[in-house]
Amino acid sequence: MFAYTIRRVITGILLLVVMSVVTFYLFYASSTTPERYACGPKCTAAQLETTKKSLGYDEPTYVQWGKFAKGVAVGRTFPDDPELRKAAPQLVQECPAPCLGFSTGYSAPVRSLIQDKLPVSFSLAIAAFVLWMVGGVALGITAALFKGRLLDRAIVGLSLVAFAFPTFFIGLLLLKFVSIRWGLIKLPAYTPLTENPWLWATGMILPAITLAVVYMAGYIRITRAFVLETMSEDYIRTARAKGLNQRTVIGKHTLRAVLTPLVTLSGLDLAGLLGGAIITEQVFNFNGVGKLSVTAIQRFDLPLIVGIVLLVATIVIVANIIVDLLYAVIDPRVRLG
Amino acid sequence: MSLTTSNLESHGDDDFVDVEPQGESDGKVDVEGRSPLRLAWARFRADKLSMISFYVTALFVIVAISAPILIKLGVLDPQTPDYTLIDYSTGGLPIGWGGGISWSHPLGVEPGIGRDVLSRLWLGATISLSIALSAAIITVIIGTVLGIIAGFSGGLVDSAIGRIIDLVLSFPSTLMLLALSGVVVDRMRDVGVPNGPNGAFVNGFYVVIVLAAFGWPPVARLIRGQVLSIREREFVDAAILMGASRSRIYFKEILPNLWAPLLVYFTLLMPTYVSAEAALSFLNVGIKNPTPTLGNVLNGALPYAYTDFVFFFVPAAVIAAIVISFNLLGDGARDALDPRAAR
Repeated sequence: MFAYTIRRVITGILLLVVMSVVTFYLFYASSTTPERYACGPKCTAAQLETTKKSLGYDEPTYVQWGKFAKGVAVGRTFPDDPELRKAAPQLVQECPAPCLGFSTGYSAPVRSLIQDKLPVSFSLAIAAFVLWMVGGVALGITAALFKGRLLDRAIVGLSLVAFAFPTFFIGLLLLKFVSIRWGLIKLPAYTPLTENPWLWATGMILPAITLAVVYMAGYIRITRAFVLETMSEDYIRTARAKGLNQRTVIGKHTLRAVLTPLVTLSGLDLAGLLGGAIITEQVFNFNGVGKLSVTAIQRFDLPLIVGIVLLVATIVIVANIIVDLLYAVIDPRVRLG
Repeated sequence: MSLTTSNLESHGDDDFVDVEPQGESDGKVDVEGRSPLRLAWARFRADKLSMISFYVTALFVIVAISAPILIKLGVLDPQTPDYTLIDYSTGGLPIGWGGGISWSHPLGVEPGIGRDVLSRLWLGATISLSIALSAAIITVIIGTVLGIIAGFSGGLVDSAIGRIIDLVLSFPSTLMLLALSGVVVDRMRDVGVPNGPNGAFVNGFYVVIVLAAFGWPPVARLIRGQVLSIREREFVDAAILMGASRSRIYFKEILPNLWAPLLVYFTLLMPTYVSAEAALSFLNVGIKNPTPTLGNVLNGALPYAYTDFVFFFVPAAVIAAIVISFNLLGDGARDALDPRAAR
């Protein structure tokens, strides 16, 4: 298992390196005039040229990537100009390793920009995760126990209907009616959990529901399907024959089997969300990584876009490794190697 | 949405029949002369929910096909504004009940401009479904070709394709779709992709290409898994012994055995892409007003949640109806084609 982990980590790092190259070429090489966005609409040709030089966009893409990679490994300075550093050290900003670059739009290191927003996105992702896991598993089991009856159909049907509506529509519906019109819940806003857990939860509930609804339908279906499949297994019949009550059979024997696919799926879904829920953050005006990325794209802030893409990719790759390792922990039959 | 990938019955003698999975895109399954198919069709028909979803989906397809004709005939008019239907004393809301519902405008008119909502949704369905259809076809083609090559070749080729799949799956797709739109649309114009009215074509083309570019890996994985078992079968060995070429083995021997999972996956891709188009419209990517899509009509309706609830709700409900009917159709097709997976 140790060797397996090491191997996965190494392939993960290689994958990230390749991704960073691909991302660089996608953005840096394909945009013809990235400096135009940084310089602004009223930029003269001479200013444009200066901007291009100072941002390093005049260099070939692989050189720019090389500087980025060096920044991640050992850190770098902005602007990368030894003479300016000697003449006016106050104008030069240090970016210690791992340096993800320097945002042109915010004039700040990309890493600190993202770090500021991460708590918001993490909170949102985890709150939604808890909601959809608890809701999805509970409703899935209920649907399976009432298979073919009205309750089963209602759960499966309603979850599909909720899933079918666009996320931003559900979010706006909740925001505009539940919160603003009817005033049932205060306007969603982010409060750090450490500051006030109650405000954190009430401010997070509507966006978390919005996100959870998207995932819930799938989890209900999977839980229901696996519970039904497991219930027809011989060992469940044996458990019942032994005289175990319903709760033990479901809770101990059935759920255990359902856990494995759920862990795999939910780990990856959660990872995808940790790097920012673009649409939900936009709807509820949450200042998370998702909203930051939208701003970055509007300003064509290339270093920030690339930084966020690579950060999200890192989270996904790490989650993949963790999920595979967990898989072996939960299910002893699985052999890694 | 997980797909069941267990083996499907082969067609026995029919293995040489060239079947194009994407030809059956409208959900209608051709039942002539194939017994496993007829069995599947019988199972499908026995399921009431599947049949309802089949008819509803067919209705949407007919709607989508008919829009351009009805516009030519003058029955639908998605573009002409009618300011006489707008009450400017209320800040541009339509005159009358439910957002200006009348015989000539069964779903009301747009606030502020007075265009017919039904016409816009009707044509919007055409455009959204065309985008979803094109993207789904390209997704399935890329996924199938790479999946067959990976599964059949094995070894280095297989692991190379596997790494590419890992790479594509690691990208945050929503973020990439959003971030690439500016750059790639400009590039597409440069290489001569036609602009279309108000840039509608190039923007729609962009959505199709990027959805497919980030959507194919699961198809490739699914197909690779299937091919791994199919390539061990006798008829493939026979074809190799007879000296059949690679492409003959791929497309004439292996592909015909794959149409069932492909059909199911295709049906489930359609609603995903209709939703994706709507989400991208919300983020201001894709085809923009005045050319209607389901996504941009809904996006335009978002500010009217209180003042014109019918206008706010109807586009979302249409999207939901399409997503639900295609999903149920896909589920029904899967249960019918693969009875062992029935749950």
